[in-house]
Amino acid sequence: MDKKNKRAAMQLAVARILVYAVIIFLCFLCLFFFVMLFVNSSRTNNQLQRGFTLIPGGHFFFNMKNAFTDSSIQIPRGMINSFIVAAGAAVCTTYFSALTAYGLYVYNFRLKKIAYTFIIAVMMIPTQVSAVGFVQLAYKYGLNNKLWVLIVPSIAAPAVFFYMYQYLKATLPIDIVEASRIDGSSEFATFNRIVLPIMKPAMAVQMIFSFVAAWNNYFLPALLLTKAEKKTVPIMIAQLRSADYSKFDMGKVYMLILLAILPVIVVYVFLSKSIIKGVTSGSVKG
Amino acid sequence: MKINKPKSKSVSYAKWGYVFILPFFLVYFVFTFYPQVLTIYNSFFENYRDGLTQIGPRFVGLDNYKALLTPSNQGTIDIIKYFGNTIIMWIMGAVPQFVFALLLAVFFTNTRLNIKGQRIMKTVIYLPNLIMASAFSMLFYTLFSNVGPIKPLLVHMGILDKSFDFFFVTISVRGLVALLNFLMWFGNTTILLMAGIQSIDESLFESARIDGASSTRVFFNITMPLLKPIFIYTFITSMIGGLQMFDVPTVLTNAKGTPDRTVMTVIMYLNNYLGGSNNYGMAGAISVILFIVTGILSLVVFKTLDRDKD
Repeated sequence: MDKKNKRAAMQLAVARILVYAVIIFLCFLCLFFFVMLFVNSSRTNNQLQRGFTLIPGGHFFFNMKNAFTDSSIQIPRGMINSFIVAAGAAVCTTYFSALTAYGLYVYNFRLKKIAYTFIIAVMMIPTQVSAVGFVQLAYKYGLNNKLWVLIVPSIAAPAVFFYMYQYLKATLPIDIVEASRIDGSSEFATFNRIVLPIMKPAMAVQMIFSFVAAWNNYFLPALLLTKAEKKTVPIMIAQLRSADYSKFDMGKVYMLILLAILPVIVVYVFLSKSIIKGVTSGSVKG
Repeated sequence: MKINKPKSKSVSYAKWGYVFILPFFLVYFVFTFYPQVLTIYNSFFENYRDGLTQIGPRFVGLDNYKALLTPSNQGTIDIIKYFGNTIIMWIMGAVPQFVFALLLAVFFTNTRLNIKGQRIMKTVIYLPNLIMASAFSMLFYTLFSNVGPIKPLLVHMGILDKSFDFFFVTISVRGLVALLNFLMWFGNTTILLMAGIQSIDESLFESARIDGASSTRVFFNITMPLLKPIFIYTFITSMIGGLQMFDVPTVLTNAKGTPDRTVMTVIMYLNNYLGGSNNYGMAGAISVILFIVTGILSLVVFKTLDRDKD
């Protein structure tokens, strides 16, 4: 018996070592390219020509200054544009999804069931189906190169609505709404002052995800934003790829890539716990 | 709600339901539903710009679809080729994605292994999912191109020949696309599958262990069957996402799908019609075909994976 236990313990120890090896290898793979990015963004073009190293080159701010003042790729402008679109989309998506969820959860009206079923049904339609018509309409009405055209559609986000609805169902007691009515609060005031604070955790999670999605979005913005001063970051990064490469200061190239992903990494460093929690709560149904 | 409430009061509240959901539906119909209808409508029209002249819109029935499905001079049907490329690259990334996600999900949830430092590990593997795909791809291009640091390193180690160029060979470009997709998605899948495994009744694993079942048997006879709904869900979402692959191959190949258009995906093809000549007719037809193929494939995958239930 003792011998058997010992063997089992040995097996477990070996299994554990293998398992840790696999996990650490994958973690390494996930971080390696970003470490290289950080290191290389601190090296000058000359240092980069000399080959691979993991020691930072000490020219981080030199490269940053060069990146910010590049005349062909106006990254500060791009970051501002991206921020406007991403923040606008994040606020619109979360506020109006919560509003819609509240409207369908609290009130009783004739079209309630149909409205709910409709939203759930269209959740499955991939977004690219509307892209062609959307681009055509935008050009027809001269709305290309307008940032708000990328913000407003996020008011109607079926998946975020669904998340908010589930959250309300789990957390909002109807009594609170009734009590606030008795206190003479208007319906909008009840929503904004009583219900929204209750939904804060759900709003925060969805805000992060929609911000990141909008910040990273490339396909549709690239079709609509053609003026240099309206371009968002992903468009500029793709432009970097199409530029004549050999003329480039590579330190600057790495810095531009770093600037594109840095805001998201900063957010992630502070909020990783709630972001990871949000991954599951948003997607696993039932 | 309450039965003894005066009728007039509940009627006055019902109106608020409409007010609250109005913005959503208004925006949905204008910015999503109408464009969708327009996409389909477009696919039956000739409508594009040739230089400065606008051709159409003129009703052409199914001509756009016929044009898409007619073999070119070399005898290949472009859209079929691009569907093939897209699916091959998706599979190349999805196989390791699901294998490693399943492994990690099992490791993390196994109480006997009792993996330490799970939070930090999950944080690390999920990170690439949030990274801008175009920037990540640009980083890969910079690192793997001839001026980047990785090739000299591999040449020095004797793994690669000096004349090798990562971006001139189909398998290596596709491999890089797949590697990027794998890195970006396996953490996400791991977290979803973990939640699935955690929702399985712990006592099932307990009793299997007492009965002396091996880890592999537990995996195939308990974990997998009970994880199936969530597994199917993640698999189909991954496939739908994969069919819409765009950012990564676009940036890696400078929108050209090189070498020899073997990395061109369906959405890149659509983008070519939309971006250059505003060819809403052909772009619409590609959209509709992609939508139909996505629907059919999802159904096939669902039926295949769900089969041995009954």
